[in-house]
Amino acid sequence: MADVIKCATRDAYGNALKALGTRDDILVLDADLAKATKTGVFKKEYPDKFIDAGIAEGNMMGVAAGLATTGYTVFASSFAMFSAGRAFEQVRNSIAYPKLNVKIGATHAGISVGEDGASHQCCEDIALMRVVPNMTIINPADDVEAYQAVLAAADHDGPVYMRFGRLAVPRVNGEDYKFELGKGVTLKDGRDVTIVATGLMVAEALEAAKLLEADGIDARVINIHTIKPIDKDLLVKAAEETGAIVTAEEHSVIGGLGGAVCEVLSESCPVPVLRLGVYDTFGKSGPAVKLLKLFGLDAEHIAEKAKQAVALKK
Amino acid sequence: MDTTKKKELQALACKVRMGVIEGTGNAKSGHPGGSLSIADIVTYLYFNEMNVDPANPKWADRDRFVLSKGHTAPALYAALALKGFFSWDHIKTLRQPDSILQGHPSMHYTPGVDMSTGSLGQGLSAAVGMALGAKLQGKAFRVYAPLGDGEIEEGQIWEAAMFAGNKGLDNLVAIVDWNNLQIDGTLDEVNSPCPIDEKFAAFGWNVITIDGHDFDQIDDAFTAAKACKGKPTCIVAKTIKGKGVSFMEDKCEWHGSAPNAEQYEQAMAELNAALAEVEA
Repeated sequence: MADVIKCATRDAYGNALKALGTRDDILVLDADLAKATKTGVFKKEYPDKFIDAGIAEGNMMGVAAGLATTGYTVFASSFAMFSAGRAFEQVRNSIAYPKLNVKIGATHAGISVGEDGASHQCCEDIALMRVVPNMTIINPADDVEAYQAVLAAADHDGPVYMRFGRLAVPRVNGEDYKFELGKGVTLKDGRDVTIVATGLMVAEALEAAKLLEADGIDARVINIHTIKPIDKDLLVKAAEETGAIVTAEEHSVIGGLGGAVCEVLSESCPVPVLRLGVYDTFGKSGPAVKLLKLFGLDAEHIAEKAKQAVALKK
Repeated sequence: MDTTKKKELQALACKVRMGVIEGTGNAKSGHPGGSLSIADIVTYLYFNEMNVDPANPKWADRDRFVLSKGHTAPALYAALALKGFFSWDHIKTLRQPDSILQGHPSMHYTPGVDMSTGSLGQGLSAAVGMALGAKLQGKAFRVYAPLGDGEIEEGQIWEAAMFAGNKGLDNLVAIVDWNNLQIDGTLDEVNSPCPIDEKFAAFGWNVITIDGHDFDQIDDAFTAAKACKGKPTCIVAKTIKGKGVSFMEDKCEWHGSAPNAEQYEQAMAELNAALAEVEA
């Protein structure tokens, strides 16, 4: 087997920002985390278009909003915990309500933050951002997708929440991959069950499909990179054709991808949906890869859930 | 300031106050107290200071007004209507579902509103972003942000104050409407942010304390703000909550309650008398 390329989506974020730096309308803000969020890559190239707001995320979001009203497309970055969490209300009232062109680059999402532990491991951000009107949410699976998603966000009219990870994750998309906002991607066809995954769980879902194949189960794998607006048509088609769904995300099973899929299917095509994710608990310190295993966010657990989902089919 | 100009502003301020009463009275809700205390400054800004174009409310080079104390929207709406951004008829639709005048300012519903505000503490940050945007683009427009004295208990105000001070945004003016009353009582009874002047000065601002109902002092303060280079200016405006309507003056309970029919008539009678006196 060829060596799998691994890269963190936050690195792709920094590189994409650098590519956008040629545009006159682009500004990048950070809250004293430029090295970690990778906005530092942009800062190095375009110091005059980079603004450090200091450790004051609420003000950073408001300043981003004000800048956007003067014609800028503003990227505002911090960790997911402080972007969606601490600054939730500034994002809601100063950015989303007036529908301003602020793109939130939230890195260090999920438990794969690793050793820093629960205080920094945000598994609630998708849920928080999903309930905010006017908000678009992108959770890319790998660096290829993340890079293109940032460019797409820059061209999108309105606020976008982009979720990136700290951990280097396997590349699942080829060089010819074309990101399309709002469109899910069927990475593998299948008849018996559909695994709907997002973020770093997409690579695990593909591995799970291989495990299931050995057990005679033909699993479809869908990458939902845009969690809002979600690709309803693709989900309903998968439910109709495979009759059972498993969702997989590095986020709480409450309110994230699993919640969004259940909302779509319960109204349009009710089939068994089993949700894999973080089960209403806080994370903890440890090496990221170990933590993902410890929290059951891996191919084996997805495969197990898929078998349970198949058993629930009528 | 010459007498004619002052009388003109005083008359307009009376009309702004009538708009506050007409709006909140018809809505049977809203915030007359703080709208009346900021009325003179809002009037001054729209009729003697800001470079705006009612025919082109989104004009890129206009001066910006961010009502960080967004609950006092009735004063802003009255000024915008008098300035010609929309017809006065809208004033009586305040807070109704089909109105262009939301309970708190919304830049999408209302021509002339530069930023959606209302959640206290957030407007100053947006104003700072606008002022920074002007600097980055080499534009000459200025940004004005009225804050409530209770509002500045919010921590985000001081995040914004620190940032604006560090960036030396001399195209930004914050105005603290220091009427000494908030919902639960006086500043002291709740959680006083005083001394306000020293706090802003400590964050690197040029601070000017004035009587917020005296147009000569208001004029001097905004003129001095324009002359100050390298620092944002904070005008601490000592005001009277409910100013201009006798039974509302310095009364906490008029923060967020509207006049009933009888009170409406009395308030309008007082304001009409004041207007007649100015115009005599």
